[in-house]
Amino acid sequence: MAQRVGIVAVAQTKYHPNRADANEGELAYEAIRQVLQETGLGFSDDGDGISSAVTCSQDFWDGRTISNLNVMSYVGAHLSHEDKVAEDGVNAVYTAMAQVLSGKHDIVLTVAHMKESQGDKSIIENAAFDPIFLRVLGLDFLTAAALQAQRYMHRYGITAEQCAKVAVKNRGNAKRNPYAQEPMDITVEDVLKSKMLASPIRQLDAKPVSDGACAMILASEEKAKKLTAKPVWILGVSNCYETHYLGDRDLADCNALVKAARKAYGMAGVSDPLKELDLAEVSEEYSYQELLWMEGLGLCGRGEGGKLIDSGVTQMGGQLPVNPSGGMLAGNPNGVAGMARVAECVLQLRNEAGDRQVPGARLALAHGVTGICGQLQAVMILGTS
Amino acid sequence: MTDRVEKLRDLDVFIYHGKVDIPDTYSAGTVGSRFLIEIRDNKRIMGTRCPACKRVYVPARSVCKDCFGRMDEWVEVGDKGTLLTYTVVHVPTSVQLKEPPVAYGIVQLDGADTGLVHLLGEVDPDQLQVGMKMQAVFAEERVGSILDIKYFKPAA
Repeated sequence: MAQRVGIVAVAQTKYHPNRADANEGELAYEAIRQVLQETGLGFSDDGDGISSAVTCSQDFWDGRTISNLNVMSYVGAHLSHEDKVAEDGVNAVYTAMAQVLSGKHDIVLTVAHMKESQGDKSIIENAAFDPIFLRVLGLDFLTAAALQAQRYMHRYGITAEQCAKVAVKNRGNAKRNPYAQEPMDITVEDVLKSKMLASPIRQLDAKPVSDGACAMILASEEKAKKLTAKPVWILGVSNCYETHYLGDRDLADCNALVKAARKAYGMAGVSDPLKELDLAEVSEEYSYQELLWMEGLGLCGRGEGGKLIDSGVTQMGGQLPVNPSGGMLAGNPNGVAGMARVAECVLQLRNEAGDRQVPGARLALAHGVTGICGQLQAVMILGTS
Repeated sequence: MTDRVEKLRDLDVFIYHGKVDIPDTYSAGTVGSRFLIEIRDNKRIMGTRCPACKRVYVPARSVCKDCFGRMDEWVEVGDKGTLLTYTVVHVPTSVQLKEPPVAYGIVQLDGADTGLVHLLGEVDPDQLQVGMKMQAVFAEERVGSILDIKYFKPAA
């Protein structure tokens, strides 16, 4: 990169099952207001203010064909500049970074917002499938994830107990995260006894319906150093797609993630991620995904996601804590999860993560995912220097 | 489009109930249409073979995702195959075609290199196993839909 891009402030709402009291814009503004107050920034084109906003939302989830409609006046976009990213929040941060690197904008606001409570999950997800060969079968993301979980567990001998351990770990970590929706003291037995949704996925293996927003401000290296004493630098970033049709790939693989991770590590100069990273925040909508994503991220060998959780490496206090925040299982809306992962990494790297702080964190990985069975994977490496 | 307004009891907030109802049409394309017509008219499941990597894609399509070349060679694959994965959905959703439990699977048909995603039927969910042989059951009345295959059942 010609120059570095820094994240100078982050904020999240508390994640909640139903924020009926706020529309999308009001919800987004709760996070936006915090980053504006923290930096003292306003919106202006003179180089000293925020000159562009990147919003992240999904049309169907917000029940209209323009999901950012209610948000425009809360992101300074009135008589100004806004772009919407309709995928994962990591990609919104990526887009904001690209705007800074383009030289056109020095300071960019990005915000992800979603109210899952407002829609019918299965209808919305069903509409995301190819209409001719998949949608007519009545599939939703849960069904697709269950097909992936079964395939992954069969191929590598991953057990339901190993998946359940992810749910126990992450909901337990969430007890130390004031933004988390579902902090829980649960056991592996609780997970295994919870209601079967779609075999092998049970209620506690799945994330809850969630409303919330996350905002952050990115700036050029020069501006970032002026705006905060603790800028966090984006050292590497990449994303990668898989083909849509589920039968075209072995669902026990996540080759898009392998590729995205390899590129992000290369850009950040990371050669041994398990050794070099201090923590990882990954987007696991279902418990099996954290194990599979660990493999894709090269943090263990193929098929060794189960062994990794058994070893305790990914627990708080382990060699590489994964999801100190509680991750998606503790409650994040789909479209916000990736940006929440970046925000949590930033808090960790600024030593501002409170009770969930990983001591001395200097290098962190944020992962985002969108679509069916991890179709779009995004990886971002963040650091203090 | 707003058809109902609800006043929440414990919040001073109105909730508007709406519904986006937009009729759509989708072209299956020439290749996708021929695939569906072969099932409708001949109960034959066809794939297309990539001239470069030789993989046979089912459902048939026109471009190989890896080699990025056109696929013009049509290959008939069997109506039997191997179950790559499955799930039994136990919770009711708004999009299911029948009351739960609903079984889904991905079946790699004999002669194909990809899996076909479909419903499973005529099977006790407890008997499902990755690797078992499955067979297509065709609908009596076929209209040019992927549901002209009713579901896959365990092969005799």
